[in-house]
Amino acid sequence: MELRLTREDQASLSGTRGEANRLAMRIVVGVAAAMGADHLIDISGAHIDSCLHHGRSGLDFVERLTDGGGRVAVPTTLNVSSLDLLHPDLYRGDEEFGREARELMQRYEDLGCRPTWTCAPYQLPDRPAFGDHVAWAESNAIVFANSVLGARTHRWGDFMDISAAITGRVPAAGLHLDAARRGEVLLRVERVTDRLLGLDVLYPVLGHLVGKRAGSRVPVVEGLPPRVSEDRLKALGAAAAASGAVGLVHVVGSTPEAPTTEAALGDRPPAETIVVGPAALTAARDDLSTGSGVELGAVSVGTPHYSVAEIGRVVELIAGRRVAAGVGFYLSTGRHILTEARLRGWEGALTDAGVTIVTDTCTYVTPVMDEVRGVAMTDSAKWAYYAPGNLGLDVVFGSVEDCVESAIEGRVVRDESMWAGD
Amino acid sequence: MTERILVEGEASGRLLVLEEPLSFWGGFDPTTGSIVDRRHPQAGVSLAGVVLAMPFGRGSSSGSSGIVESARLGTGPVGFVLREPDEIVAVGAIVVGELYGRSMPVVVADEQTYGALRTGQVATITPSGEVRVEVDGRHTS
Repeated sequence: MELRLTREDQASLSGTRGEANRLAMRIVVGVAAAMGADHLIDISGAHIDSCLHHGRSGLDFVERLTDGGGRVAVPTTLNVSSLDLLHPDLYRGDEEFGREARELMQRYEDLGCRPTWTCAPYQLPDRPAFGDHVAWAESNAIVFANSVLGARTHRWGDFMDISAAITGRVPAAGLHLDAARRGEVLLRVERVTDRLLGLDVLYPVLGHLVGKRAGSRVPVVEGLPPRVSEDRLKALGAAAAASGAVGLVHVVGSTPEAPTTEAALGDRPPAETIVVGPAALTAARDDLSTGSGVELGAVSVGTPHYSVAEIGRVVELIAGRRVAAGVGFYLSTGRHILTEARLRGWEGALTDAGVTIVTDTCTYVTPVMDEVRGVAMTDSAKWAYYAPGNLGLDVVFGSVEDCVESAIEGRVVRDESMWAGD
Repeated sequence: MTERILVEGEASGRLLVLEEPLSFWGGFDPTTGSIVDRRHPQAGVSLAGVVLAMPFGRGSSSGSSGIVESARLGTGPVGFVLREPDEIVAVGAIVVGELYGRSMPVVVADEQTYGALRTGQVATITPSGEVRVEVDGRHTS
């Protein structure tokens, strides 16, 4: 398919709008060609993942943009980085890497991006509306934007995110188009107890299973109670986007493009129907743990960044008690959410209990955790998925209730009663 | 036979066929070039200098950074043969070209070509998008 460019696109490509614009447009056009797009479309916002430091190459790239006079053309937020600027003492990594990470962050701010430093930009007050085209990177944010907000973003990633923000353009392709948003595989939740359907812990586990079974297809999930909360959809989507190449999940009765199963499937039969019963969920839950010991070294919650309500739940569960000696308890959130928590008096309640609050980053993307003796527990399927590889530790997945009780007892305790077999 | 070109270029190397999709962030360490996803059946395998065959990428949007950093360090794949278009891989390959002036071809192969690829063969991706595989010293396509 021939890619048709506007006069403005051509101007960017020829360099008349500066070197940064030229480089950014070359990348957008290169991706458009790879995807077979026939034109580009305007975006109204962007969320950038490229600000997370992975090595010198990220700096090499952003220097080309800042030195080339780059400036974002649309409101742009920044994902987590490698440093917690509000709690800089938490960083336990290499000094040189830390310096580079700080420079990377500064350069993205210099391009005009807002220093939001969160993987949950949908928890910021101004978020995309239904039907808006945006260029979001960060897999959990992508799936939330598409599924829960009904905004449109393809699974954009590093380099492409900032290129789209600078040019204000993305290829008319992938999840920006109706054709790619129709559900392809139906997951039918059956015979699951009302009790489990009413618990937070179901949603990341189900998401893990959805991602594994959907692969790169658009899944439709049927059989959940209506109007599942945003926090639960967030956990489901983040898990699915970690275990699969999922950028959109239709949850019938909860997400805006899925009022009915037929609507979510675009009035076509699904390519595959998968029945998800209690045994499959228990297996998915077990698949999230790599360790089985009871010796507990750390607890990490807040992946994706906790919302105000999720922090409130931890405060409620701790109920004035203290985390056991030798257990590090890390709670990650966005700086804007921390401000809200502080106004409610929760920051002091958490730190008094021995909880370490982490902002601007995440415990599995940068060394902030003390040495972990024993397993690490989490209520996040995404953290459970990535932490063993990134941090070289064993993880036990549990509910947030399990995580808090374990932290206080100083050993792994899990309520197994909701996970009975078929 | 000529495959669909996502990113043009030329590369040659030992073929590694992944049994499952891989994320280039979180599943791969660019400083060592190894697969670190413990759930991956080929965990621990090095990707240095290989022509990598995988059905599609997976998960993280930081994957392009993993590809570019590994190219800078010389620890990663030199080219890709996919079954389905993957933008994360394509962006990585485009940026390698823009930053370091090095070509990193990415092609999408049909089922027959892809299905015939075997780990350990020597493969060449040509500028016209052909995937040539050396079998017993002879080139086939």
